[in-house]
Amino acid sequence: MSVATTPMGVSKAYKAGQLLAGLAIVAIILILSIVVAHLPWGWAQPIVSFIGERPLLNAFVKAFIVANFVAVHVLFLIWWERKFAGWLQARLGPMHTGWKGLAQTVADAVKLLLKEDIVPAKADYPLFALAPYLAFIPTLMTFMVLPFSLTWVGCDYPLGALYALAVSTIAALGILAAGWGGNNKYALLGGMRAVAQLISYEIPMVVVVLTVVCMVNTMSLTQIVTRQEGLWNIVRYPILIPAFLIYLVCSMAEVNRAPFDLPEAESELVSGFHTEYSGMRFAFFFLAEFANNFFTAGFAVILFFGGWLGPVLPGPVWFTLKALIYITIMMWIRWTLPRLRIDQMMGFCWKLLVPASLAVLCVAALWAVSLP
Amino acid sequence: MQITTTEISSPGMTVNMGPQHPSTHGVLRLVVQLDGEVVVNCRPMIGYLHRGLEKMMEARRYVQNVPFTDRLDYLSSLNCNLAISQAIERIGGLEVPERAQYIRVLLCELNRLASHLVFLGTFATDVGATTVFLYAFRERELILDLLEAMTGARLTYNWIRPGGVAADLPEGFADRTRAFLKTFLPALNDNDRLLTRNRVFRARCEGIGVIPREMAIAYGASGPVARGSGLDFDIRKREPYDVYDRLEFDVPVFPEGDCMARYRVRIEEMRQSVRIIEQCLRDMPDGEVSTKLPKIFKPPAGEAYSRTESPRGELSFFMVSDGGQNPLRVHVRAPSFVHLSLLPELLKGVKVADVIAILGSLDTVLGEVDR
Repeated sequence: MSVATTPMGVSKAYKAGQLLAGLAIVAIILILSIVVAHLPWGWAQPIVSFIGERPLLNAFVKAFIVANFVAVHVLFLIWWERKFAGWLQARLGPMHTGWKGLAQTVADAVKLLLKEDIVPAKADYPLFALAPYLAFIPTLMTFMVLPFSLTWVGCDYPLGALYALAVSTIAALGILAAGWGGNNKYALLGGMRAVAQLISYEIPMVVVVLTVVCMVNTMSLTQIVTRQEGLWNIVRYPILIPAFLIYLVCSMAEVNRAPFDLPEAESELVSGFHTEYSGMRFAFFFLAEFANNFFTAGFAVILFFGGWLGPVLPGPVWFTLKALIYITIMMWIRWTLPRLRIDQMMGFCWKLLVPASLAVLCVAALWAVSLP
Repeated sequence: MQITTTEISSPGMTVNMGPQHPSTHGVLRLVVQLDGEVVVNCRPMIGYLHRGLEKMMEARRYVQNVPFTDRLDYLSSLNCNLAISQAIERIGGLEVPERAQYIRVLLCELNRLASHLVFLGTFATDVGATTVFLYAFRERELILDLLEAMTGARLTYNWIRPGGVAADLPEGFADRTRAFLKTFLPALNDNDRLLTRNRVFRARCEGIGVIPREMAIAYGASGPVARGSGLDFDIRKREPYDVYDRLEFDVPVFPEGDCMARYRVRIEEMRQSVRIIEQCLRDMPDGEVSTKLPKIFKPPAGEAYSRTESPRGELSFFMVSDGGQNPLRVHVRAPSFVHLSLLPELLKGVKVADVIAILGSLDTVLGEVDR
């Protein structure tokens, strides 16, 4: 490290080396994914049909896979966020645990597992204990309908879009419970802010999703994607460009990221609604935040950017790649902008986003009616 | 039908912000009464860092008191060194060689840059822009390297002494400083562009925590806080000390009185400091860097008052001598202490988020408040 850093930060040669290494890893993963997709998978057919014929086992296996995916991809996302933030901030990010700090999040997870589980003496214990799961499980449930490809989907529900939006709203309850349960004033303020924010920004978000549904005439997430064959929604229907921008802002607010990170607002509320949480309970909030991040990104990819559709690479890889790019843009904004104040944030939603999204919906509806 | 209205009132909530809180800049405790998100009342509680420095100074020799001042305003300890040295020189009638005066100004302006960079970073973090903090500290690190090359310390320098400075500039210092200034201005402009025209940042700062001109005068505000309220008040111009009267620089004044004005005053001051440093390096004559103090330094009975412009405002020392080896009484006029007294009036009726922004914009250092 001492060789690589100069007084002005990281040396150019070192940066170039890091970039090359990163590109090499990405290339290896992509090539591997293509190879894996083209391997003869015929031998697995009996196992798949064995599971498929038993509904209970089927549901269990799918839930197991989804839950594990959520837990594992968050490890990567946190590492990536720290690296990306590090690069933006002229530093290296985690470097010591594992290659380029890749194992840092694993080490952190182990640390959180081993930490003492502190419950404040005057906590409202049932709420305090329930809150992390109330915040995490809805996020997990949304992943059940998220199609990674036509076949890689937990449940191809015809009303997938509606289901996902409805379920993800429940997380607000968990955050409010966390804010109240810890018997901490900062947490309470954070919880109140979170609920005000989540409920408000849910409205333009739902309207935007409705706009897309209006254009493609289906609520099934897989069908939304299959109807984008050849041309992404956002290209085919230019009216969806403002809709996407509104969605981008709302999704930032939905996952509590700067400039909308008021519920956590480190400089004001210490750490907001999860001030009193430690150990695994805290980890669940963290997990929920990052999983939610991936979900909103994946949802955006499905609605606007053709989901898993793409040349050469297998569908799930395309989907994950697109979602990662979206998440990276969110990170970029997060580490650049200051935080809004609560009244400015609410004003922005109700005075600008809600009317704008309704206007977009009206135009889209007229367009949809006039379509042949 | 008679309509009765019942006033729904809640007792509100009292929040103790600090002494351990991410944004109170030291061990300040704010007892904030909240009605929802709105501040009803705020009482700053100070004293968590009280060490009795003024009293301790009475039990030390004059020169022995200089290291104490490093612990006053620890972000700009050279400016504090200068203030007490000046008081001692005035009370003892000491002359400072010209080269030493230039070195003093040079060091103080470098320290002003470092201090304002801390302000830039912490203020940006207070309103939520965490990245600026690291950019500002990267630049500050280079200044600390320079000061370390000069003084051997990175925070408590104890370098400006009564009668001059401890030693001459090290070899190559001027070139290193010039090289630093060349990279500093573009970096400052980058930070400026990142924040000053940022819509979110402006929404958080413009019209927030307005200190009208009259209020600034009434409370005795000084430094960037006064200049952000439209007061053209800078000790370096009003009562020039050392060689400030020979240097060319402007005093930035913004009339708005809000957080944004105070922020912009400090950004502009950094540019002026760069000008001052360049002139110091250019004009510095050769010669002695300190006058020798007698072994037993006994100033005549009397009193002296020295005013200096520290990065935070008017930092003054009042010293009384009874003709002995120790000062009879020392008083520090700390700008942060004065600015902190503005808080209760400023914070009435603002939102919680603004509490942090306003406190950050006053740029107080608790080491100076509590002494």
